[in-house]
Amino acid sequence: MSAKLAISRPVKGASGKTGSWRTFRPVVNREACNACGLCAQYCPDGCIDEELEIDLNFCKGCGICANECPKKAIEMVREED
Amino acid sequence: MAEIPKEEYILRCTSACAGCSSSLVLRYILKAAGPDSVLVVPACCTSVIQGIYPNTAMNIPVYNVAFASAAAVASGMSAAFRSVGKKTNVICYAGDGGTVDIGIQALSGALERGTDFLYICYDNEAYSNTGMQRSGSTPLGAKTTTTPEGKRDAKKDLDRIVQAHNLPYMATACSAYPLDLYKKVQKALAIRGPTFIHILAPCPPGWRYPSEATIEMGKLAVKTGMWVLYEREYGKLSVTGASKGALAKPLPVGEYLTRQGRFKGIDAATIDYVQQSVRDNLARIAREVEGVC
Repeated sequence: MSAKLAISRPVKGASGKTGSWRTFRPVVNREACNACGLCAQYCPDGCIDEELEIDLNFCKGCGICANECPKKAIEMVREED
Repeated sequence: MAEIPKEEYILRCTSACAGCSSSLVLRYILKAAGPDSVLVVPACCTSVIQGIYPNTAMNIPVYNVAFASAAAVASGMSAAFRSVGKKTNVICYAGDGGTVDIGIQALSGALERGTDFLYICYDNEAYSNTGMQRSGSTPLGAKTTTTPEGKRDAKKDLDRIVQAHNLPYMATACSAYPLDLYKKVQKALAIRGPTFIHILAPCPPGWRYPSEATIEMGKLAVKTGMWVLYEREYGKLSVTGASKGALAKPLPVGEYLTRQGRFKGIDAATIDYVQQSVRDNLARIAREVEGVC
Protein backbone atom coordinates (compact mmCIF):
# COMPACT_ATOMS: atom_id res chain seq x y z
CA MET A 1 0.00 0.00 0.00
CA SER A 2 2.73 2.47 0.95
CA ALA A 3 4.25 2.12 -2.54
CA LYS A 4 1.09 3.71 -3.98
CA LEU A 5 1.15 6.73 -1.67
CA ALA A 6 2.89 9.90 -2.80
CA ILE A 7 5.50 10.18 -0.03
CA SER A 8 8.37 12.64 -0.12
CA ARG A 9 11.58 12.04 1.86
CA PRO A 10 13.51 14.77 3.67
CA VAL A 11 16.73 15.82 1.93
CA LYS A 12 18.85 18.94 1.87
CA GLY A 13 18.36 21.02 -1.28
CA ALA A 14 14.81 19.74 -1.93
CA SER A 15 14.06 22.98 -3.77
CA GLY A 16 17.45 23.17 -5.48
CA LYS A 17 20.19 25.62 -4.58
CA THR A 18 18.05 28.62 -3.73
CA GLY A 19 21.19 30.76 -3.48
CA SER A 20 20.90 31.20 -7.26
CA TRP A 21 17.83 33.41 -6.66
CA ARG A 22 19.94 36.13 -5.10
CA THR A 23 20.40 39.61 -6.56
CA PHE A 24 22.16 40.93 -3.46
CA ARG A 25 24.64 38.98 -1.32
CA PRO A 26 25.10 39.56 2.43
CA VAL A 27 28.73 40.40 3.28
CA VAL A 28 29.65 40.44 6.97
CA ASN A 29 32.14 42.89 8.42
CA ARG A 30 33.58 40.71 11.22
CA GLU A 31 35.20 43.68 12.95
CA ALA A 32 31.88 45.45 13.41
CA CYS A 33 30.00 42.25 14.35
CA ASN A 34 29.49 41.71 18.07
CA ALA A 35 28.04 38.20 17.60
CA CYS A 36 24.63 39.09 19.08
CA GLY A 37 23.03 36.47 16.82
CA LEU A 38 19.98 38.50 15.79
CA CYS A 39 20.73 37.78 12.10
CA ALA A 40 20.56 34.03 12.74
CA GLN A 41 17.46 34.47 14.86
CA TYR A 42 15.59 36.32 12.12
CA CYS A 43 16.83 34.42 9.03
CA PRO A 44 13.59 32.91 7.63
CA ASP A 45 15.40 29.96 6.10
CA GLY A 46 17.83 29.24 8.92
CA CYS A 47 20.79 29.83 6.59
CA ILE A 48 23.00 31.34 9.32
CA ASP A 49 24.68 28.83 11.65
CA GLU A 50 25.93 29.09 15.24
CA GLU A 51 29.26 30.59 14.12
CA LEU A 52 27.19 33.16 12.22
CA GLU A 53 28.45 31.85 8.88
CA ILE A 54 25.96 32.44 6.06
CA ASP A 55 25.28 29.48 3.76
CA LEU A 56 25.46 31.16 0.35
CA ASN A 57 24.35 27.95 -1.39
CA PHE A 58 20.88 28.57 -0.02
CA CYS A 59 20.69 32.23 1.14
CA LYS A 60 18.00 33.86 -1.02
CA GLY A 61 19.34 37.37 -0.39
CA CYS A 62 16.22 38.75 1.32
CA GLY A 63 18.34 41.21 3.31
CA ILE A 64 16.56 40.76 6.67
CA CYS A 65 19.93 40.05 8.39
CA ALA A 66 21.43 43.31 7.11
CA ASN A 67 18.31 45.29 7.96
CA GLU A 68 18.04 43.94 11.52
CA CYS A 69 21.76 44.02 12.42
CA PRO A 70 22.09 46.53 15.30
CA LYS A 71 25.79 47.12 14.43
CA LYS A 72 25.12 47.54 10.69
CA ALA A 73 27.83 44.90 10.17
CA ILE A 74 26.14 43.25 7.17
CA GLU A 75 26.13 44.91 3.78
CA MET A 76 24.06 43.73 0.82
CA VAL A 77 26.31 43.72 -2.25
CA ARG A 78 24.99 43.24 -5.79
CA GLU A 79 25.87 39.86 -7.28
CA GLU A 80 28.04 40.20 -10.37
CA ASP A 81 27.35 38.23 -13.62
CA MET B 1 18.13 33.06 23.60
CA ALA B 2 19.99 30.28 25.34
CA GLU B 3 16.98 28.04 25.83
CA ILE B 4 16.02 27.92 22.13
CA PRO B 5 17.09 24.55 20.65
CA LYS B 6 19.71 24.65 17.89
CA GLU B 7 17.98 21.90 15.89
CA GLU B 8 16.36 22.95 12.65
CA TYR B 9 13.46 20.81 11.44
CA ILE B 10 13.33 22.44 8.04
CA LEU B 11 16.30 21.46 5.91
CA ARG B 12 17.89 24.10 3.71
CA CYS B 13 15.83 25.16 1.99
CA THR B 14 12.15 25.46 1.12
CA SER B 15 11.10 27.36 -2.00
CA ALA B 16 9.37 30.06 0.04
CA CYS B 17 9.84 33.61 -1.27
CA ALA B 18 12.86 35.55 -0.02
CA GLY B 19 11.94 37.26 3.24
CA CYS B 20 8.96 34.97 3.92
CA SER B 21 7.79 35.34 7.49
CA SER B 22 5.86 32.08 7.44
CA SER B 23 9.16 30.18 7.04
CA LEU B 24 10.55 32.04 10.03
CA VAL B 25 7.48 31.29 12.10
CA LEU B 26 7.51 27.60 11.21
CA ARG B 27 11.19 27.31 12.26
CA TYR B 28 10.28 28.42 15.79
CA ILE B 29 7.08 26.39 15.99
CA LEU B 30 9.01 23.21 15.20
CA LYS B 31 11.84 24.13 17.59
CA ALA B 32 9.23 24.47 20.34
CA ALA B 33 7.37 21.31 19.34
CA GLY B 34 10.40 19.04 18.88
CA PRO B 35 10.75 15.86 16.80
CA ASP B 36 7.71 14.00 18.18
CA SER B 37 5.29 16.13 16.17
CA VAL B 38 3.15 15.83 13.06
CA LEU B 39 2.11 18.77 10.90
CA VAL B 40 -1.25 18.80 9.13
CA VAL B 41 -1.12 21.31 6.27
CA PRO B 42 -4.14 22.25 4.17
CA ALA B 43 -3.78 24.15 0.88
CA CYS B 44 -1.71 27.25 1.66
CA CYS B 45 1.75 28.62 0.90
CA THR B 46 3.29 25.89 3.06
CA SER B 47 1.84 23.12 0.89
CA VAL B 48 3.71 24.37 -2.17
CA ILE B 49 7.10 25.30 -0.69
CA GLN B 50 8.13 21.94 0.76
CA GLY B 51 10.31 20.92 -2.19
CA ILE B 52 10.03 18.98 -5.41
CA TYR B 53 8.56 15.46 -5.20
CA PRO B 54 9.89 12.96 -4.13
CA ASN B 55 12.00 15.28 -1.96
CA THR B 56 10.94 17.52 0.88
CA ALA B 57 12.69 20.06 3.08
CA MET B 58 10.45 19.17 6.03
CA ASN B 59 12.31 16.90 8.43
CA ILE B 60 9.25 15.90 10.46
CA PRO B 61 6.12 14.08 9.20
CA VAL B 62 3.82 16.39 7.23
CA TYR B 63 0.37 15.43 6.04
CA ASN B 64 -0.86 17.58 3.14
CA VAL B 65 -4.65 17.59 3.07
CA ALA B 66 -7.58 19.23 1.30
CA PHE B 67 -8.35 22.89 1.96
CA ALA B 68 -11.39 22.52 4.22
CA SER B 69 -10.22 19.51 6.18
CA ALA B 70 -7.14 20.35 8.30
CA ALA B 71 -8.81 20.38 11.72
CA ALA B 72 -10.96 17.34 10.90
CA VAL B 73 -7.89 15.35 9.80
CA ALA B 74 -6.08 16.44 12.97
CA SER B 75 -9.04 15.24 15.05
CA GLY B 76 -8.77 11.75 13.62
CA MET B 77 -5.00 11.75 13.89
CA SER B 78 -5.02 12.91 17.49
CA ALA B 79 -7.65 10.30 18.44
CA ALA B 80 -5.55 7.57 16.81
CA PHE B 81 -2.34 8.63 18.59
CA ARG B 82 -4.05 8.92 21.98
CA SER B 83 -5.80 5.55 21.61
CA VAL B 84 -2.41 3.82 21.31
CA GLY B 85 -1.00 5.89 24.17
CA LYS B 86 1.22 8.18 22.09
CA LYS B 87 1.72 11.80 23.11
CA THR B 88 2.76 12.97 19.61
CA ASN B 89 1.97 16.66 19.05
CA VAL B 90 -0.63 17.11 16.33
CA ILE B 91 -0.26 20.59 14.86
CA CYS B 92 -2.38 22.10 12.11
CA TYR B 93 -0.45 24.74 10.22
CA ALA B 94 -2.91 26.60 8.04
CA GLY B 95 -3.07 29.94 6.28
CA ASP B 96 -5.78 32.52 6.78
CA GLY B 97 -7.82 31.34 3.79
CA GLY B 98 -7.81 27.77 5.10
CA THR B 99 -8.84 29.03 8.54
CA VAL B 100 -11.15 32.04 8.44
CA ASP B 101 -12.91 31.09 5.19
CA ILE B 102 -12.62 27.53 3.95
CA GLY B 103 -11.55 25.64 7.06
CA ILE B 104 -13.62 27.37 9.71
CA GLN B 105 -16.31 24.68 9.94
CA ALA B 106 -13.74 21.91 10.54
CA LEU B 107 -11.91 24.13 13.04
CA SER B 108 -15.09 24.93 14.94
CA GLY B 109 -15.99 21.23 15.04
CA ALA B 110 -12.59 20.15 16.34
CA LEU B 111 -12.61 22.86 19.04
CA GLU B 112 -16.10 21.86 20.10
CA ARG B 113 -15.15 18.14 20.29
CA GLY B 114 -12.23 18.98 22.55
CA THR B 115 -9.64 17.48 20.17
CA ASP B 116 -6.18 17.37 21.75
CA PHE B 117 -4.28 19.40 19.15
CA LEU B 118 -2.75 22.78 18.38
CA TYR B 119 -4.21 24.78 15.52
CA ILE B 120 -1.94 27.50 14.16
CA CYS B 121 -3.21 30.03 11.65
CA TYR B 122 -0.45 32.03 9.99
CA ASP B 123 -2.19 35.06 8.65
CA ASN B 124 -0.75 36.85 5.63
CA GLU B 125 -4.13 38.44 5.03
CA ALA B 126 -4.89 36.97 1.58
CA TYR B 127 -4.71 33.85 -0.60
CA SER B 128 -1.01 34.45 -1.26
CA ASN B 129 -0.17 31.01 -2.62
CA THR B 130 -2.40 31.56 -5.67
CA GLY B 131 -1.28 35.15 -6.25
CA MET B 132 -2.88 37.35 -3.61
CA GLN B 133 -6.65 37.14 -3.82
CA ARG B 134 -8.77 38.69 -1.07
CA SER B 135 -9.65 36.51 1.93
CA GLY B 136 -11.93 37.11 4.89
CA SER B 137 -8.78 38.10 6.73
CA THR B 138 -7.72 40.87 4.31
CA PRO B 139 -7.91 44.22 6.12
CA LEU B 140 -10.05 47.17 5.09
CA GLY B 141 -8.53 49.23 2.28
CA ALA B 142 -5.95 46.62 1.15
CA LYS B 143 -5.54 46.09 -2.58
CA THR B 144 -5.46 42.49 -3.77
CA THR B 145 -5.94 41.06 -7.26
CA THR B 146 -9.66 40.69 -6.51
CA THR B 147 -10.02 44.03 -4.70
CA PRO B 148 -8.03 46.30 -7.05
CA GLU B 149 -9.51 49.46 -5.49
CA GLY B 150 -8.95 48.32 -1.92
CA LYS B 151 -11.09 45.97 0.18
CA ARG B 152 -14.39 47.53 1.22
CA ASP B 153 -15.02 45.25 4.21
CA ALA B 154 -13.20 44.91 7.51
CA LYS B 155 -11.04 41.95 8.53
CA LYS B 156 -12.97 39.07 10.06
CA ASP B 157 -12.27 38.81 13.79
CA LEU B 158 -11.17 35.18 13.88
CA ASP B 159 -9.92 35.35 17.46
CA ARG B 160 -13.30 36.25 18.89
CA ILE B 161 -14.91 33.43 16.91
CA VAL B 162 -12.37 30.97 18.33
CA GLN B 163 -12.70 32.48 21.80
CA ALA B 164 -16.42 31.70 21.75
CA HIS B 165 -15.52 27.99 21.88
CA ASN B 166 -14.09 28.47 25.40
CA LEU B 167 -10.91 26.53 24.71
CA PRO B 168 -8.24 26.15 27.42
CA TYR B 169 -5.53 28.17 25.65
CA MET B 170 -5.40 30.59 22.76
CA ALA B 171 -2.87 33.24 21.80
CA THR B 172 -1.83 35.65 19.12
CA ALA B 173 1.75 36.11 17.95
CA CYS B 174 3.70 37.89 15.24
CA SER B 175 6.65 36.74 13.14
CA ALA B 176 8.67 39.76 14.29
CA TYR B 177 8.72 38.34 17.84
CA PRO B 178 9.84 34.71 17.40
CA LEU B 179 10.79 34.19 21.07
CA ASP B 180 7.34 35.27 22.23
CA LEU B 181 5.89 32.80 19.71
CA TYR B 182 8.23 30.02 20.88
CA LYS B 183 7.01 30.37 24.47
CA LYS B 184 3.38 30.38 23.39
CA VAL B 185 3.77 27.21 21.30
CA GLN B 186 5.43 25.44 24.24
CA LYS B 187 2.64 26.53 26.55
CA ALA B 188 -0.07 25.45 24.10
CA LEU B 189 1.48 22.01 23.57
CA ALA B 190 1.75 21.41 27.32
CA ILE B 191 -2.01 21.76 27.66
CA ARG B 192 -4.27 18.81 26.91
CA GLY B 193 -7.20 19.76 24.73
CA PRO B 194 -7.69 22.14 21.82
CA THR B 195 -5.32 25.11 21.64
CA PHE B 196 -5.05 27.85 19.07
CA ILE B 197 -2.43 30.40 18.00
CA HIS B 198 -3.07 33.14 15.44
CA ILE B 199 0.13 34.57 13.94
CA LEU B 200 0.45 37.70 11.83
CA ALA B 201 2.82 36.82 8.97
CA PRO B 202 3.80 39.80 6.77
CA CYS B 203 4.24 38.81 3.10
CA PRO B 204 6.71 40.89 1.01
CA PRO B 205 5.31 40.22 -2.52
CA GLY B 206 1.68 40.27 -1.38
CA TRP B 207 1.84 43.33 0.84
CA ARG B 208 4.22 44.98 -1.61
CA TYR B 209 7.14 46.01 0.57
CA PRO B 210 10.84 45.13 0.12
CA SER B 211 11.80 41.67 1.44
CA GLU B 212 14.27 43.00 4.04
CA ALA B 213 11.46 44.88 5.85
CA THR B 214 9.58 41.74 7.00
CA ILE B 215 10.58 42.09 10.66
CA GLU B 216 10.04 45.87 10.63
CA MET B 217 6.55 45.41 9.21
CA GLY B 218 5.62 42.93 11.95
CA LYS B 219 6.95 45.26 14.64
CA LEU B 220 5.02 48.19 13.17
CA ALA B 221 1.81 46.15 13.16
CA VAL B 222 2.26 45.51 16.87
CA LYS B 223 3.45 49.00 17.79
CA THR B 224 0.54 50.68 16.00
CA GLY B 225 -1.93 48.34 17.69
CA MET B 226 -3.10 46.93 14.34
CA TRP B 227 -2.07 43.57 15.83
CA VAL B 228 -2.19 42.82 19.55
CA LEU B 229 -0.04 40.12 21.17
CA TYR B 230 -1.92 38.36 23.92
CA GLU B 231 -2.75 34.99 25.39
CA ARG B 232 -5.89 33.70 26.96
CA GLU B 233 -5.45 30.89 29.48
CA TYR B 234 -8.70 29.30 30.61
CA GLY B 235 -10.43 32.53 29.59
CA LYS B 236 -8.06 34.88 31.41
CA LEU B 237 -6.58 37.48 29.09
CA SER B 238 -3.00 38.75 29.39
CA VAL B 239 -1.27 41.07 26.95
CA THR B 240 2.32 40.05 26.16
CA GLY B 241 5.59 41.59 24.96
CA ALA B 242 5.63 44.72 22.85
CA SER B 243 1.84 45.04 22.91
CA LYS B 244 2.00 46.20 26.54
CA GLY B 245 3.66 49.40 25.34
CA ALA B 246 1.36 49.70 22.33
CA LEU B 247 -1.70 49.42 24.56
CA ALA B 248 -0.58 52.49 26.52
CA LYS B 249 0.79 54.51 23.61
CA PRO B 250 0.22 53.17 20.08
CA LEU B 251 1.94 54.69 17.06
CA PRO B 252 -0.43 56.18 14.45
CA VAL B 253 -1.69 53.47 12.04
CA GLY B 254 -0.50 55.55 9.08
CA GLU B 255 3.10 54.55 9.90
CA TYR B 256 2.16 50.93 9.21
CA LEU B 257 -0.22 51.45 6.28
CA THR B 258 1.90 53.83 4.23
CA ARG B 259 4.90 51.46 4.24
CA GLN B 260 2.96 48.91 2.18
CA GLY B 261 2.12 49.04 -1.53
CA ARG B 262 -1.20 47.28 -0.93
CA PHE B 263 -2.48 50.41 0.85
CA LYS B 264 -1.19 52.81 -1.82
CA GLY B 265 -3.72 55.57 -2.49
CA ILE B 266 -5.78 54.79 0.62
CA ASP B 267 -7.86 57.88 1.46
CA ALA B 268 -7.72 59.86 4.68
CA ALA B 269 -11.25 58.86 5.67
CA THR B 270 -10.34 55.16 5.53
CA ILE B 271 -7.16 55.75 7.56
CA ASP B 272 -9.28 57.60 10.16
CA TYR B 273 -11.75 54.73 10.23
CA VAL B 274 -8.94 52.17 10.70
CA GLN B 275 -7.41 54.35 13.44
CA GLN B 276 -10.75 54.57 15.24
CA SER B 277 -11.32 50.81 15.09
CA VAL B 278 -7.79 50.17 16.42
CA ARG B 279 -8.48 52.63 19.26
CA ASP B 280 -11.78 50.88 20.06
CA ASN B 281 -10.15 47.45 20.00
CA LEU B 282 -7.27 48.52 22.27
CA ALA B 283 -9.74 50.13 24.69
CA ARG B 284 -11.80 46.93 24.78
CA ILE B 285 -8.69 44.85 25.52
CA ALA B 286 -7.45 47.32 28.17
CA ARG B 287 -10.86 47.19 29.89
CA GLU B 288 -10.80 43.41 29.94
CA VAL B 289 -7.23 43.29 31.30
CA GLU B 290 -8.29 45.66 34.10
CA GLY B 291 -11.32 43.47 34.75
CA VAL B 292 -13.77 46.29 34.02
CA CYS B 293 -15.94 44.65 31.39
